[in-house]
This record gives sequence, C-alpha cells and structure tokens, in this order.
Amino acid sequence: MSSKNRLRRTMMFLSTQRAGSIRDAYIYAPDSIIFDLEDAVAVSEKDSARVALYHVLKYVDYKGIERLVRINGADTPFWKEDIRAAVAAGCDGIRIPKCETAHDVEIVEEQVLKAEQEFNRPIGSTLLQIAIETPLGVRNAYELSIASERIFGISIGAGDFMRSMHARRRDDGAELYAARAQLVLAARAAGVQCYDTVHTKVKDYEGLERDTNLIYDMGFDGKSVVHPSQIPIIHKVFTPTVPEIEKAKSIISKLSNEAKEGVGVFMVGDDMIDVAMLEGAKRIMALAKAAGADKGE
Amino acid sequence: MQLNHAAVGGTEESGDVFVEVSPGTGKLELEITSKVLVLYGESIKKSILETLSRLKVTDAKVIVKDKGAVDQTIRARLVTAIFRAADMKENLPWGDL
Repeated sequence: MSSKNRLRRTMMFLSTQRAGSIRDAYIYAPDSIIFDLEDAVAVSEKDSARVALYHVLKYVDYKGIERLVRINGADTPFWKEDIRAAVAAGCDGIRIPKCETAHDVEIVEEQVLKAEQEFNRPIGSTLLQIAIETPLGVRNAYELSIASERIFGISIGAGDFMRSMHARRRDDGAELYAARAQLVLAARAAGVQCYDTVHTKVKDYEGLERDTNLIYDMGFDGKSVVHPSQIPIIHKVFTPTVPEIEKAKSIISKLSNEAKEGVGVFMVGDDMIDVAMLEGAKRIMALAKAAGADKGE
Repeated sequence: MQLNHAAVGGTEESGDVFVEVSPGTGKLELEITSKVLVLYGESIKKSILETLSRLKVTDAKVIVKDKGAVDQTIRARLVTAIFRAADMKENLPWGDL
C-alpha cells in the first residue's frame, strides 16, 4: 500500500497505448509513474490501453515506484471501467482529471470503493490525486483537497487551464502564479501534497530548471514529467545543498536535546530556531536521503 | 466465451504483437509467426493457450504476429482481441485474467 506522504518529486506520465514505453519505465527512476488512459490514448484504443494497463500493473515489478492511473473524465463512457481495471490490478492510486467540485471526487470514490469490494482489495488502499485544470477548480482547490480521506495531493494541469483563462505562456511563469499560489495554499491548509504542471517543451532544460526552482521555492512537493530526460533536472532542484542539510541536522539534533531540558528557542548559527522548524528540517533530510545527498553518518 | 466475429488487438510495431481472433470450427487453431520462434515459440504458445483457457475460449482461430513483445503484452493483446470479438465493453472479468 502506498503512503499518502511519500516522496513525489517527479510523476512521469506514460501513454498506456504503447506497449514498448510502459514496461521498462522504472529504469528512469521517477518517484511515481502515471499510466495515462486519458489524453494520450486514442478513443479507438481506450479498451486496448486498459487491458495493457491491467497486465503491466499485475505482472511487472516497478521496483517500489508508485503506480498511479489517470482515468478518463466522468463526462466520457470510459471512466468506470478504467477504475475497475486499475483497482483490480492493484494500482496505488487514481488521478482524477478536470476536478471542479467535491462531487467530481465523490463519484470516483464511490466507484473505487465498489471495485475494492468486488476484487477483494483492502478497503481504502486506493489513493486519490486531484487534477485541477480550470478556473473553477482553482477557486475550489481547498474544497477539493478535503473531499475524500483518500486524497494525497492536488496538481495543476496548465494546458487546459491556460486555454480557459485566455492567457499566454510566459517564460517567468507570471501567467500561472495566481493559480499555483492558490493551489499550494489550499494543499497546505488541507494537509495534502501539491504538484506542478508538466513542462511541455521537452528540450528546454533551462526553462524546466527555472520553472522547477520557482515551484520548489513556493512549497510544491513535485512536478509532473512528460519525458525521462526531465527527471534528473527536477531531482537536482529538489536536492538540498550541503549547508541546508547540515542546518537541518543541527535543528533536529538540538531540538531533541533542548526539548529534554525544556528549552523552546535557541540559535543555530545566526538563526533563531524553534519547534515550528522541525517539520521543515525533516523534509530537507527526506529529500537529501532520496537524492543520496546524505549518507546518514 | 463465445466469439461473435473476427477482431484484432495490438500492432506490428517493434516490441508489440498483432493478434487476430475469429470464431473457430469447433476447435482451437493457432498460427504463430515470430523472429524468435525457435527460442520463444513454446513460451508464446503457452501464454496464448493459458489466456484462452482463463477466458474459456475453446472454439477459435488465433493468428499471432509477434514483433518481440514481452509476455504480458502478448497476453494483453490477445485479451483485447477476445473482448472485441465477444463484444464485451463493460463489466469485464478482470478478476479472471
């Protein structure tokens, strides 16, 4: 069973239509794989993609990488069977596209529960990820984040959102700033994770790094990926520096010692430290560990 | 499972397999072509027969053109073709696969 709070710096989309692309995806070492049954699959191959999905989830060892499934929208005839196939095969979670209201989440959760019962999966084991792709979805981000106990995170999909907004893409991300800020705010208030949209210019590594630095500084937990070459760039941004790691270690160590002596506030270098910084320090150490940047000495 | 008409699954792209199934003449007929037939022919045949058995297909003609597909892809493409030939679109028997 996947954990709601596991590390998700990179979530790589894979078209489930193409046999060759889905079976070896673990070699690129993303934190999560999102098997796509929606936009990347032609309508005439929805059935075939679903069967292929079932077989890879059931029979391929993804070496501990989280396996999520983006289902088709509730305005299509495909989504209920998508859920049955994904849950029967034991996926870790379902990504719900184009969420706007809590109702969009509730109808999916109902089908997930039915599928868990039908295929003898542990009840509650299938997590949910919310994809927000419209202005109304952004406005309702908090309501969406708390719509189900199964929700581990929310994400923004910029393609549809930009079209709805009549906005134009900019290199500095200004056109998405309001939506990104509202999403990360809602996610933090609800206690779930938050992920950024894909960078669709696959060979624009400089732009990807700039975008990733922005969302990392804003507090996002990760970013969606459309090509394996994007993964190391995002992981690098999400890898804490040596001074950040040393400081986090000091905070964790000193908070532990000082707490025994009843001291709530103390200094690390020139910075005043209190217990509110413990969570951030632990997050830095988790990122460092995932990146192999801290050997735990 | 009853096949109502001929149907296909998969492609002839590298790493995939093309499968065609059609109603049989009272028995199972299997035709397999593959560049790795000498090495993996028996394994491919075993996967095909196991999948047909799981879905209780006993009367069919199955043509398999393998382009280097792995085992789960061969099974998936055959299942797709069978569901299409049986006109099964919803409430599919995932638990039996």
